[in-house]
Amino acid sequence: MKYDIVLCGVGGQGGISVSVVIARAAMAEGLKVKQSEVHGMSQRGGEVLAHLRLADKEPASPTIPLGGADLIISFEPLETLRYLPWLNAKTGLVISATKPLINMTGYPDLAKLQAELEALPNKLLFDADAVAREAGNVKAANIVLVGAASRSLPLKEESLKTAIRELFGRKGEAVVAANLKAFDYGRTANS
Amino acid sequence: MVNETLMGDEAIALAAVHAGLSGAFAYPGTPATEIMEYLQELAARVAAGTMPGEQFVAQWCLNEKTAYEDALGASFAGRRTLVSMKHVGLNVAADPFVNSGLVKVNGGLVLVVADDPGMHSSQDEQDSRWLADFARVPCFEPANQQEAYDMTRQAFDLSEKYETPVMIRITTRLAHSRSVVSLQPARAMNPIKKPAPGMDWILMPAVARRRWKLVLERQRKLEDLSSGFACNTYTKGDKKLGVITCGLALQYYLENLDDYQVQRGQAPTHLHIGFYPMPTDRIRELYANCDQILVIEEGYPLVERLLRGIIQPGKKIMGKETGEIPYDGELSPDTVRAALGLSPHQGLAVKELIPPGRPPQLCVGCPHADSYNALKEALLGYPLHAVTSDIGCYTLGALPPFNAIETTVDMGASIGMARGASEVGLIPVVAVIGDSTFYHSGLSNLIDVVSHNTDVTVLILDNDTTGMTGAQPTILPSSRLEPVLKGIGVAPEHIRVIRAHKNEHDKNVAVIKEELAFKGPSVVVLVRECLEAIKKARKA
Repeated sequence: MKYDIVLCGVGGQGGISVSVVIARAAMAEGLKVKQSEVHGMSQRGGEVLAHLRLADKEPASPTIPLGGADLIISFEPLETLRYLPWLNAKTGLVISATKPLINMTGYPDLAKLQAELEALPNKLLFDADAVAREAGNVKAANIVLVGAASRSLPLKEESLKTAIRELFGRKGEAVVAANLKAFDYGRTANS
Repeated sequence: MVNETLMGDEAIALAAVHAGLSGAFAYPGTPATEIMEYLQELAARVAAGTMPGEQFVAQWCLNEKTAYEDALGASFAGRRTLVSMKHVGLNVAADPFVNSGLVKVNGGLVLVVADDPGMHSSQDEQDSRWLADFARVPCFEPANQQEAYDMTRQAFDLSEKYETPVMIRITTRLAHSRSVVSLQPARAMNPIKKPAPGMDWILMPAVARRRWKLVLERQRKLEDLSSGFACNTYTKGDKKLGVITCGLALQYYLENLDDYQVQRGQAPTHLHIGFYPMPTDRIRELYANCDQILVIEEGYPLVERLLRGIIQPGKKIMGKETGEIPYDGELSPDTVRAALGLSPHQGLAVKELIPPGRPPQLCVGCPHADSYNALKEALLGYPLHAVTSDIGCYTLGALPPFNAIETTVDMGASIGMARGASEVGLIPVVAVIGDSTFYHSGLSNLIDVVSHNTDVTVLILDNDTTGMTGAQPTILPSSRLEPVLKGIGVAPEHIRVIRAHKNEHDKNVAVIKEELAFKGPSVVVLVRECLEAIKKARKA
């Protein structure tokens, strides 16, 4: 078994927490995990990329080969397109937030961007911010995406929830509950 | 056996503590920063009694040179010590590093250098293995987090056995990726024990000549060790191709090995190098047994070049010099796949819509933005002027919407370059530098400015932190800056401390204008705390 995930977005969107939650859940289920992040300058509003590799034997490369990803989880629609070359062209799934973050010049036409996303073969597109707001925690769009991904990840729902409890535990019960709710809302989010 | 999920940087930090570390010293720099951050976290755990062991020291220093010299002193005292930095930091520490190769190291001295191929957060992608070779210092290059842990522990042993500093060279991808590491029991620190009487730490010419001969002899012993060392593994395979991998490059090779075997029927003959000096015997063996050689290494072509001095020419050697592996940038599973002659993998096609990368930006509300807005307005009356700058978040002032600075070369260069430009007639000239970078290397340049009474206006953007690397404390608090400036002789009336805020914009423009008009050294300190630092303090 091997399951490769590309996580992408813009600095400050909480991508690293998503990586941590999925990695912990995978390890709790006995899988081997390799997790690669880029820190530093990229965090300042630039694009952020993490590679997460789950397998029953230790993955070799810290990064995923082109065409190798089973799943892209994206916080931002332009970033989704940027990393498509890493997605398995036949079976790869894209789970992407649809709200653009326009902090740059030359951001593409939104209608064209939307059309490109709609044309993807396997996809789940939704406004993760709106779902997070519905769930009562605007900051939890990242965990909403984990919830959405939980329908496809080769991991048990409960393992992911346990990882969320562990990650947010020291911030108190209210924060844990809010993130679990965001997870549940994401799990049932429609495209 | 205990297992823990660790980043490469964290694995090195924990291994050092388990190897009996007494003192660690560093200056922040991506991708090495998390080594010291984790050491400080571990030291706090020891202090709180939640981690067993003796209390060790883990300190940020003024710059990489002072950090390295602190480590030398700790080694002199007989204690084990770690010093960590990014690749360009080793340029700053090159003087103590190269010369430390000649002293008789006492307590284990390990230098960790994190290189940044691909320049994720750096101004170049220099390869620190060349400096290890230059200084005749042995070097480990781990291939994964487990090796980062194991080799750090080995490095301390080797340092004490061969009485030499030891370098551990990692790259961004290893520094910042995580996997499970199995840990070994911790050992005690060394007691304080000064070196045996002798002159082995006094590098005056007569001693240095003697020490250099010993270092050259030691180098031959280390070469012998290298050929038989478990870090350097030789695997027999197909004689048509001999592959040499170094450090992390191994992972990209292994990622493609199954496909290679399927397509070619057999794996190549393979030599992996995790320790330098070069395993010369093993390289000769590989060369003799194979029709051609492919060298896969991250960084500059060190092994590819050095091996040409080890073997007799004749067979084809492939790598960066010959173009099979890209000379610049990071390795990837795909570049290595191409070098192995395998058909490329493909994902979904890139759409034309996608503009090149999203440039990093100053945070919303960042004081640097207010400083740049004031500076730009103050300069409006000067069609000919220059603004030199430096390394930190404020380097982003080079990008839109500011387009405010014209140079960024190395730590502290802003003030030196401004002085040089001014002395040859380019006036007015403004040097923009952060407080942490000012202490790191700018202060010495400012002393030149003052002593020659050069017409330079220095803007110190004082946010009381080292922002770009994640808000580590500056070596001195903001309150000390003004006395330092006065103490080196900047005229008190030309030290202008103002608040970097948009509400003060008009006043700030006026102050900068006044100092631009002044013919002599002046320093405008623009003060406001980094927003990231405030956030970090709230979390803690």
